[in-house]
Amino acid sequence: MSDGAHVAIGGILFSRTPMALIREVLRARRRGLTLIRNLSCYEAELFMVAGGIERIVTAWMGIGLPWGVSKIMRHHVESGNVAFEEWSHLALGLRFRAAAMGLPFLPSLTMLGSDLMAVGGMKTLEDPYTGATLAAVPALFPDVALLHVHRADRFGNCQIDGYPHMDADIARAATTVLVTTEEIVPEEETRKHPDRTVIPGFAVDALVHVPFGSYPHECYGLYEADVEHFDEYAKGIDARGADAVSDYLERYVYAPATFTDYLDLFGGERLARQGKKARELT
Amino acid sequence: MSEYNAQELLAVVAARELRDDTTVFAGVGVPLLAAALAKQRQAPRLTMVIEGGIIGPEIAPGRLPISTNEMRAAFRATMLPAITDAFLFAQRGFVDVGFMGGAQIDQFGNINTSVLGGDYWKPKVRLPGTGGANDIASLCREIIIVTAHEKRRFVPKVDFITSPGWLAGDGSRGRAGLLFGGVSRVVTTLGTLGFDPVSRRMRIEAVHPGATIDKIRENTGFDLLDAPEISATPAPTADELAMLRALDPDRRFLG
Repeated sequence: MSDGAHVAIGGILFSRTPMALIREVLRARRRGLTLIRNLSCYEAELFMVAGGIERIVTAWMGIGLPWGVSKIMRHHVESGNVAFEEWSHLALGLRFRAAAMGLPFLPSLTMLGSDLMAVGGMKTLEDPYTGATLAAVPALFPDVALLHVHRADRFGNCQIDGYPHMDADIARAATTVLVTTEEIVPEEETRKHPDRTVIPGFAVDALVHVPFGSYPHECYGLYEADVEHFDEYAKGIDARGADAVSDYLERYVYAPATFTDYLDLFGGERLARQGKKARELT
Repeated sequence: MSEYNAQELLAVVAARELRDDTTVFAGVGVPLLAAALAKQRQAPRLTMVIEGGIIGPEIAPGRLPISTNEMRAAFRATMLPAITDAFLFAQRGFVDVGFMGGAQIDQFGNINTSVLGGDYWKPKVRLPGTGGANDIASLCREIIIVTAHEKRRFVPKVDFITSPGWLAGDGSRGRAGLLFGGVSRVVTTLGTLGFDPVSRRMRIEAVHPGATIDKIRENTGFDLLDAPEISATPAPTADELAMLRALDPDRRFLG
C-alpha cells in the first residue's frame, strides 16, 4: 500500500472490522490515505491522530449511541484537517456495487433532493424510458480493500457467516484485495459448501490466517464486541483528549510486534468470554 | 396514573403508530424499543428491517443492541442480506414505515444530522452523518420521526438537508425524483405532529398528557399549524409500561 491510497475497509462499524490489517497499515505509518467505510468506527480516529489520513468517505462516524459524537472526528473535521465526504449508506453501498459490476454508475432513487447530492458531486439523469429523474450513483474503485472473513482456503475462496455486510462488493470493486481469515480450510471444505463462498479466490490478492482478527470488534458467531474496551477507550478521550488516543496507539498498535502480542493485552480469558456470548446469540 | 419519563412516553406513543402485518425500518434506541413493543402488543406480525442487513429479528429482553450492526440486533432473524440489499428492499417499496430520530428538524420534516453552521467542509459543528437515515427517509412508504421536543431542534429551516422530508413542500419531494414516501408524523415528548396535506407544513395533531398546545408552540422554533381536530394522547397504560421496561431492564435507552 502506498501513501495516498484509497483504502476500503470491510465489515461495518464494530462488526468484522479487519483490525489486524488496520493495525499493520498504522504500523507502516502510511500518509495521506483516504479511508472508505460506510459506518466508520474508532479505527478512523486512530488514523486521524496518527496523522495518516486526509479524507474519510463515509455515511457515519462514531462508535455508537452510548458514546456520543466523536470528539476526535469533530476536531479534525471542524479544523479542516480531514475532509468528511458524506454519502448515504445505500449510495455508498451502490458505489461499491457499481464498481463490482464493472459499471460507471448505477441509477437509484436515494439521496435525491437532499444536500448530500452536492457533497460528493452526485449527478442525476433522466430515465430514457419514462423521463423520470434518477440519481446516477458513481462507481467507486478503491485501490485497496482490507477484509476479514470467517474461513478461506489457500486459493483465497472466502466464506462469511451471518450478515455479509458489503464485503463481497468491496472485494470485487477494489484493485488490490487483502484478506485475513479466522480459519484456513482445506480446498475440499470449500468444494463441499460452494454456496457459502461469497468472494472467489481470483478476486483475492493476499490471505493471512489471523484468528480473532477483528478483536475487540465482533465476528458473527465467534466473538461478541468487547464493549467494555470501547468504554475504556472513550473514557480516556473524555479525560485527556487526543493524548489518550496517542497512548492507545502506542500500547495497542506500535508496541505489540505481532497480533498475538496484541491479543495478549486482552488475555485468553476475556477472548473466551466474548466467544461464549457470541455462541449464546447465534 | 402510572409514572413514566419522557423516553418511555416517546416509545409507547411511537409503538402505537405501528400496524400489524407491516414492515418497519428501525434504528437502535427508542425506535427499536417502540417497534419491539408494538410487536408484543398490536402488531405480532410486524417485521423489523435493520440497516445492518437484518430482517425479522426478535429482540431479546435485556439484550438490546447498541448498534444496528451486531449479533444482538440479529437475534432469531429470518434473513441476513447484504446491507445494500436491505436498503434495496425499501427502494422496491417493501418497507411500510421508517422510524427515525434527528438532531435538527424543520417545518417540512427535513432532517439534519450532518453539519451545524459554517461551511460544509469546515463546519462549526460536525455531526455523525446520515448513516442509513437519508435512505430510510427517501425510500420507505411512510416516515415517522421520533424525537425530544426542544426549540433548538425544531428550526424553520435546517442548516443542511441530510434526510428529505417534504423538502420545500408543495410537491417538491416528487419533483426531486422521490417516487413515494414522505414524513407522516413527528412523535415528540410533548405531542404528535403531522403535516398539512397541501402545503406540507407541520401541524399539531395530538397533545400528550402533561403538555399543552401553548407548551408545544413555545418549544418549537417556527409557527405550527393546527390540524382540523387536535386530540389528547391517552397516557401510557401500566401494561404498556411494564412490557417496555421488561425490554430494557438496564435502562440503557429508557434513561
